[in-house]
Amino acid sequence: MLQGNHITVRYGRFAAVNDLSFRLEEGQWLMLAGPNGAGKSTLIEAIAQGVPYSGSFLWQGRQDIRTLKPAQLARRIGILSQKNTVGYAYTVEEVVGLGRYAYKAGFLSGNDGGGQESVERALQMTGLTDLRRASMLTLSGGETQRVFLAQVFAQDPQVLILDEPVNHLDLKYQQHIFSLIQAWLMQPGRAVLSVVHDLSLARRYGTHAVLMDHGKCVSQGDAGSVLTPDHLRSVYGMDVHAWMRDMLSQWM
Amino acid sequence: MTKHARYLKRDRFSPVTYALLAAALFLTFVVCLFIGRADISFRETVSILWNSLWGLAVESANHRNIILGVRMPGVLCVMLVGASLSLCGAAMQGLLRNPLADGSTMGVSSGAALGAVIAMATGFTLPGFAFGGVTVMAMAFAFGSLLLILLIAYSLDRSLSTNSIILIGVIFTMFISAVISIIITFASRHTQSLSFWTLGSFSGANYQHALLLLAALVICGGVILRFSAELNAFAIGEENARHIGVNVKRVKLIILIAVSVLIGICISVSGTIGFVGLVMPHIARMLVGPNHRRLLPASLFSGAIFLLWADLLSRRLLPVKLPIGVVTSIVGGIAFIIIFCRTGKTR
Repeated sequence: MLQGNHITVRYGRFAAVNDLSFRLEEGQWLMLAGPNGAGKSTLIEAIAQGVPYSGSFLWQGRQDIRTLKPAQLARRIGILSQKNTVGYAYTVEEVVGLGRYAYKAGFLSGNDGGGQESVERALQMTGLTDLRRASMLTLSGGETQRVFLAQVFAQDPQVLILDEPVNHLDLKYQQHIFSLIQAWLMQPGRAVLSVVHDLSLARRYGTHAVLMDHGKCVSQGDAGSVLTPDHLRSVYGMDVHAWMRDMLSQWM
Repeated sequence: MTKHARYLKRDRFSPVTYALLAAALFLTFVVCLFIGRADISFRETVSILWNSLWGLAVESANHRNIILGVRMPGVLCVMLVGASLSLCGAAMQGLLRNPLADGSTMGVSSGAALGAVIAMATGFTLPGFAFGGVTVMAMAFAFGSLLLILLIAYSLDRSLSTNSIILIGVIFTMFISAVISIIITFASRHTQSLSFWTLGSFSGANYQHALLLLAALVICGGVILRFSAELNAFAIGEENARHIGVNVKRVKLIILIAVSVLIGICISVSGTIGFVGLVMPHIARMLVGPNHRRLLPASLFSGAIFLLWADLLSRRLLPVKLPIGVVTSIVGGIAFIIIFCRTGKTR
C-alpha cells in the first residue's frame, strides 16, 4: 500500500534518515524499531510531509504522496503523534470531531455523510463516551493520548501510522489499545506502521519489522527474522535477549 | 493547578448568548449616539433614528445633523474598529495557539502605524481620495512588516514556531515605536496631531471611513470566519492540524494576509488602539468556549461593545478628554492581568 524509496532526511549536514526503503502491504503491521536517534520519528514526520526529504513515498505503488492534497493524504494515512497537548479548553468531542476534517474540506457547510457515526464509534472504541464533554485541560496524559487515538480512528484512514502510541499509558490501556489496533487491522484494505520502544510489544503484535540504526536500515522482513538476538545486540550494543529473560525472571 | 470544571456544559449553538450580545451592542450603540456635548434627550435620539430610517420629518433639523452627521459616523467607526481588532486577535490567538498573540504583539499594528505616520508626515495622498494615502500606506506597511517578521522567523526556525514569531514581533514593535518617535520629533509641524493620533483617535471619522471599514470587515472577516474549522485545528496544535489534512501553509498565509489588511485599514482610520484584540477574545472565550465557530462571532460583538464604551469614556464621561488608546490600554491592561491570573495558570 505504502512504499518508501530511498528516503533521506537531512538536518544541515546530518542525515537523520539515510537512504531508507521499505514496503508496507495490506494486512501488515510493520514495526519500526531501533535505539533513540535512529530516525524513526523523523521518517514518520517525512511521511506526514512535515519535513523536507529526498526520495519518494508511493501510494499503491504508483502515486507519489507529495502530489496529494493534504486532505487527500489524510483520508489515506492517519498519524498519531508521540505527544499531544491542547492549549485551550476544547471538549473531547470537539477534538475527536476534527478527525472528520479531511472529509469536510472544500464544502462550505461541511456535510459529511457518516461523520457523526464515525465519531461515536471512535469514542466508544477508546472508552471515551463518558468523557465526551470533558475539557481537554482536565485530562491525564493517558486520557489525552486516547482522545487523539479516537481522532485518528474517526479519520478512518487506510494506513494508520503510530509514533509510540502507548508511551504514556498504563498497562491496561497499552493492552487495550494494541488489541483495538489489531482489530482495526482485521478489516480488508488496511495496514499499520508503528514505532514502539518496547521490543516485546513489537514481537507480540508486529507482522513485519524494520530495524534502524543511525538513520539506516539494519534489517527488514518478518518480525521474527528481524528482531533476533544477534541483530538487536549489534544495534543496541547490549545483550537484549539476556536482559529480557532477566526481566521476566523477576516474575517467576 | 487551579480547579477546572471537568465537564463543560456547552450547547452546540446558543442563540441566547448571541441575542444577549446583540441586544447589548444595540443598547450601547444608542447610548453612544445620545451622550454628547449637545444636550439631546434619549427619547429624541431614538425618534430621530426611527424617523430618519423611514424618511419621516424630525422636530429639529439641527439635532438631526448632530446625531446623524456628527455622532453617527464616529460611533459606526468605533464599533467597526472594535469588532475588527477583536476578530483579528481571536484569529491570531487560535492560529498561533498562543493567548498572547494579537496584531500589536505580532508587530503588525506598529508596522501599520509607521506607514500611516510616514504618509501623514510627508503629506502623501492618492489623487481623488484624500484619505487614501494613509490607508494604502498603513495596509502596505502592515503586510510588509508581517512578511518581514515571518521571513526572520523562518530563517531562525523553519517550522515557523509560535514563540519565535511572538518574540520577533515584540522586538519589532519596540524598534518601530522608536522610529515613529523620531519621525514625530522631526516632523515638528505635525507633532501635535501625529502624537495624538498614535494614541488612537476617532475625531476625524466620517461616513467614508465607516464604509471603508465595513467593506474591509465583510471581506477579510468573511475570510477569517470561513476558516473556523482550520483555526480550531491550529488552536489544538499545528502538527495535529497537518495530520488531519489541513493545508497548513496555505491556510496560515491566507489568515495572516486577511488579518494584516484588516488591521492596516483599522489603524489608518483610528490610529493604534491596543489591548482590544488581546483582551476581548479572552472575554468571548469565557462566554462561549474556544470553538472558533462560536468564538469568532462572539469576539466581534465583545470587541465592538468594549470599544464603544471606551470611546464614550474617553469623550464624555471623564473630566478630561483622553485619547481612546489610553483608555483601552488602562482598562484592558487591568482586565488582562485579572483574566490571566484566573485562567493563565493551567494554560
